[in-house]
This record gives sequence, C-alpha cells and structure tokens, in this order.
Amino acid sequence: MSMIPRHKVTSIAIIGFAVIALICAFLYAAGVFGKKQVTAQQFVDFQQGENPHLGFRRAHAKGVCVRGDFIATGELAAHTRSTLFEIGSTPFIGRFSIGGGNPSAPDLESGVRSLALSFDAGSDQQWRTAMNTPPVMAVGTPEDFYAQLQTLMPDPETGQRNPERIAEFFANHPETENFRRWSAQYQPSGSFSSEQYHSINAFYLINQQGEQQAVRWAAVPTVQIDENQYADTDQAANALALDVRDQLEDGTIVFDLVFTLASSDDDENDPTQPWPESRQQITAGQLVIRQLEQDAAICNNLNFDPLILPRGMQATNDPILRARSASYAESYRRRARETWLGKEQQQ
Amino acid sequence: MTQPVTTFPLSMRIFHWGMAALVLSMIFAGLAMVQSLQTWQPTVLALHKAFGVVALVAVLLRLINRLRSRVPALPADLPGWQVFAAKASHVLLYAALFAMPISGYLMQSAAGRAVDVFGVFMLPPLMSADLVWYGVFREMHSWVAYALIALLVVHIAAALQHGLLRQDGVLKSMWKR
Ligand code: HEM
Ligand code: HEM
Ligand code: HEM
Repeated sequence: MSMIPRHKVTSIAIIGFAVIALICAFLYAAGVFGKKQVTAQQFVDFQQGENPHLGFRRAHAKGVCVRGDFIATGELAAHTRSTLFEIGSTPFIGRFSIGGGNPSAPDLESGVRSLALSFDAGSDQQWRTAMNTPPVMAVGTPEDFYAQLQTLMPDPETGQRNPERIAEFFANHPETENFRRWSAQYQPSGSFSSEQYHSINAFYLINQQGEQQAVRWAAVPTVQIDENQYADTDQAANALALDVRDQLEDGTIVFDLVFTLASSDDDENDPTQPWPESRQQITAGQLVIRQLEQDAAICNNLNFDPLILPRGMQATNDPILRARSASYAESYRRRARETWLGKEQQQ
Repeated sequence: MTQPVTTFPLSMRIFHWGMAALVLSMIFAGLAMVQSLQTWQPTVLALHKAFGVVALVAVLLRLINRLRSRVPALPADLPGWQVFAAKASHVLLYAALFAMPISGYLMQSAAGRAVDVFGVFMLPPLMSADLVWYGVFREMHSWVAYALIALLVVHIAAALQHGLLRQDGVLKSMWKR
C-alpha cells in the first residue's frame, strides 16, 4: 500500500476532528450526554408513570369540555392593551378537569380541580389559561416541584406514602408553608361550578402607555354547592362531570373573572407567596358557561399553554410559569402522535 | 463567449454564510429548548419562531437569486458519483431548508396558534386546532431536522475535504472572490 503523504494525514485529522466535534455539539444540545437540570421529557415521563394512558393528557387527563362567553365589564381595559377586556363579549372553549394522569380516576377523590380557558379573538388576541384550586404553589421552581412530586409518590413496594420523607421535604422547604396552610383548611365543594380557580402564576398587563402591572387572576364562583347528588351513587366516579352536564341542561354556570393587582411589595416571580387581601381587585368580567361540548376532541385538540397570551399581557419571570410551556408541549406532542398513529386508549 | 466563473457571486455567498449561521443557531436552539424548563426557554422559543419565519423568507429569496446567478462548475476531474452526490445533496439541503420553517408554521397552525414575528406582525393559523395534524407536523419538524443535521455533517465534511485534501477551489468558491 502506498504511503499517504504527511500533509494529507494532517488534513484528514483536521477534517475528522471537525466532523466529530460537530456531531458531539449536536448530541450535546440534544441532551444525549445528559442534562444538569430536570428536562421536560423527564417531568412528563414522571407524570405519566409506568403505564401511560396513550392519547391522553399526562396531567389533568380527566375533564369535561364546555363553551361559553366572556362578558367583559371594561373595568380592566385601562390596564391592558388587550381588546378582550373592552366592554363586549368573547366566546371561549373551556375545560373543567381534575388533577392527575388517569383519565378514568374517580372525580371526587382528586385533590386538585381545574378550569382551563381558550379565547380566540384574532391572531394577536389569543389567550389560554389553565387555573387550579390552590391559590399558590408549594414550591417555586420546576426542580423543587419535581422533587416534591417524587416525595409524594407512594412507595412502589408498600403502596404507601412515606410520611417521614414528606415531613423532611417540607422542613427543608419553608416556602411550602402557605400552600400547606391552604391545603389544611380546603374543603372540596360538591361541584366544579362552586370552586375558585387561580392563575397561581403572575403575569404582566401592558397598557396603552406601555406600562406594566403585575397581576394574578381567579375565576370566582357565583354559587355555593356543598353536596354532590351523585356522590353516594354508582355514578360517583363521574360525579363532577355529571353535575356540570345537569347544570348546563337548563342553565348556565357563571364565574367572575377577578384580577388582583400587585403592589411593589409583592414578588411577582414567586408563586409560593399569596398577596395580601388588601390589594386592589378588578372584576374584568363574567365567564358565562352555556353548554357542554359533546365532542371531547374540541378540547383535546387544544394545549392550554399558559404562555399563549394576547398582545397586552406578558409572562413574568416566575420559574414555574416559564417551565410550563415546554412540559405542556411535550405532553401535547405525545398525545398528538399517539392519536395520529391510532394508539390512543379507549377510556 | 463569457468567461466561466470560478466563484459564487457575492449575493450567493452572503446568503450562504448568513443562512448557515442562522440555520445552525436555529437547530441548536431547537434541540435545547424542547427539553429545557429553565426561564430562558419561552424567550428562546419566541425567537426561534420569529427567526424561523425569517429563514423561510431568506431561503425563498435565496432560491430565486440562485436561479438568476451564474455559479461555478464543479472541478472537471471530480468523479461522477461525487458530482451526483454534490448536486443531490444541494437539492436536498434546499428541500430541508424549506421544509423546516414550513413544518414549523404548520405545526403552530395545527395547534391553533398564531406566530408572533418580533411583535411586528402575526402570522395567523392556517386551520383550527387539530390534534392529528399537530402530531403529523410536530413529528415532521423533528424528522426533517434530523435529516438536515445529517446532511449538514456530510456537507461540511465534503467542503473541508475539497478545501484541505483536494484543494480544488470548491471551498474557496464559496469563501472568497
Ligand atoms: C412546573 C409546573 C407544571 C408542570 C410541569 C405542569 C405540567 C402539565 C402538563 C404536562 C399538562 C398537560 C398538558 C397537555 O397535554 O395539554 C398540564 C395541564 C394542566 N395544568 Fe399544569 N403543570 C405545571 C403547573 C401548573 C400550574 C401552576 C397550574 C395552575 C395554575 C397548572 C394547571 C394545569 C391545568 C388546569 C391543566 C389542564 C389543562 C387542560 O384542561 O387541558 N399547571 N400541566
Ligand atoms: C459551516 C460550514 C459550511 C461550509 C464550509 C460550507 C461550504 C460550502 C461550499 C464550499 C459550497 C459550494 C459547493 C459547490 O461548489 O457547489 C456550499 C454550498 C451550499 N451550502 Fe454550504 N457550507 C457550510 C454550511 C452550510 C449550512 C449550515 C447550510 C445550510 C443552511 C449550507 C447550505 C448550502 C447550500 C444549500 C449550498 C448549495 C448552494 C447552491 O448551489 O445554491 N451550508 N457550501
Ligand atoms: C430553518 C428553520 C427551522 C429550523 C432549522 C428549526 C429547527 C428546530 C429543531 C431542531 C427543533 C427541535 C426538534 C426536536 O428536538 O424534536 C425545533 C423545535 C421547534 N420549532 Fe423549529 N425550526 C425552524 C423553524 C421553525 C418555525 C418557522 C417555527 C414556527 C413558526 C418553529 C417552531 C418550533 C417549535 C414550536 C418547536 C418546539 C416544539 C415543541 O416544543 O414540541 N420552528 N425546531
């Protein structure tokens, strides 16, 4: 075999090195060598568990789809450029759900209830929000949230939660105190329509002058319903969904959409701290839910990504809020792919 | 008779290196942001979409410009299979450069989302939200990205081979006058 000239050996080495370096750079960016912080895929893997329910949301898998109109009072309009809050009415698609990844979980046993909304008043006035019953998060970062969920997981061997580990986690995380205080006094009501749903994370409203105001919002119920008539029947598993159906058969379900304005004392980037009762509150309008959407696909088509915001609203730097988009997208991707390939489970 | 050209015209070189920087950044941003839960994620995602729209406009103008330009011939002594590989890979590169931003926009459309281009204007969704189409375009965006990455590795290796080993002027033709 003839010798390869020396300058060629050098060139081949340079090319080989460059190509390997390039491939490694791509693999590194793709996380093949591991990531220091928890990833969206790890989070969603954890949420879906060992036996994922294919085609379903990896969180809040069980829910009912509804339609209604947002009737704006105009009272918030001075604080935001968004036209959704000018006097008038905007249709929305909504989804009541319970926490957890099991699409056939018993309604009344979930610790978290939720309301998600999607408004579409033109390209720059799309708004989606996903709200939960607690007013605050227990922890303030995705890493801590991941650790919290792992701590709360029942031990695979005993099937029991480990109270010592839980106590230790809470002791190491004093910021959980507000959440725990809320949990201790929270009494689930008999209906989705009588819960209060919170944005938890804060957002900025941007007004015509370009000034920003940090806010949180809540869907505040207009009725009080303590008992659920299906609770002690053999339909208890779907008690909340059936109650919504019944209420919408001959009526509406109404919430006030109330915004709370932060003062300069409040940290809008910390979802673990409630803001004092004395903060200014503005009723932006009423959410009037008029009908059950029979076609569940209407809601399943949507990802209620809380960072779909109308012009006139912006995300804060809250680490939890900013972690939500990528995890929702990962869950949305999985269920979309499974639905496309016909792998979705029958509920 | 006109002289045969030995280098790409300046306009094509600007498109090539400008888009090389843009597209490589888009790929790295894309790969990192689909995993990250860090606070920069939504900011990078918004830039990814806006610059992705820029990339679509750029590749369109680039193709038009290319069809109107005189480009240097490949070296006469290049083996036939390499000539074919060079031409085919360039066609595939152009195809991928179109397919990336188009699948990105279609994916956002199938999610029912408008695309905000630097806060200057919004591209409206082309359809109402549809889970199955989202699945198709979302996977397409990934698979075309992987194909593009593979093409680029080969492309860059081939370019370096021309420049360092063959020293046949092909790398220079995209590099200088
Ligand atoms: C880092 C924190 C969080 C993570 C990783 C997370 C993760 C997820 C995921 C993966 C989904 C399923 C998305 C889909 O497939 O469409 C989801 C849905 C949901 N999340 Fe979160 N979430 C987080 C924080 C929150 C917070 C703070 C709230 C309440 C304010 C919330 C409320 C909801 C609601 C209501 C849904 C269901 C929306 C629907 O009906 O489609 N999440 N979440
Ligand atoms: C960074 C390393 C790169 C080098 C050294 C390089 C080098 C070259 C060279 C020398 C040519 C001319 C080939 C010929 O004579 O036909 C070329 C063409 C081309 N390159 Fe690259 N390139 C690089 C990156 C990229 C990237 C990232 C892209 C994708 C955006 C790209 C897309 C193209 C295309 C589409 C052509 C064909 C041009 C045409 O004939 O219209 N290149 N490249
Ligand atoms: C040259 C153009 C583009 C390139 C090279 C590119 C590349 C990428 C890559 C490599 C990923 C990661 C895929 C994965 O790891 O699965 C990605 C994700 C993404 N791209 Fe692009 N992209 C381009 C244009 C666009 C455009 C125009 C849009 C939308 C308008 C877009 C929207 C997205 C979104 C939303 C994701 C994340 C999807 C998710 O979170 O599930 N891209 N892109």
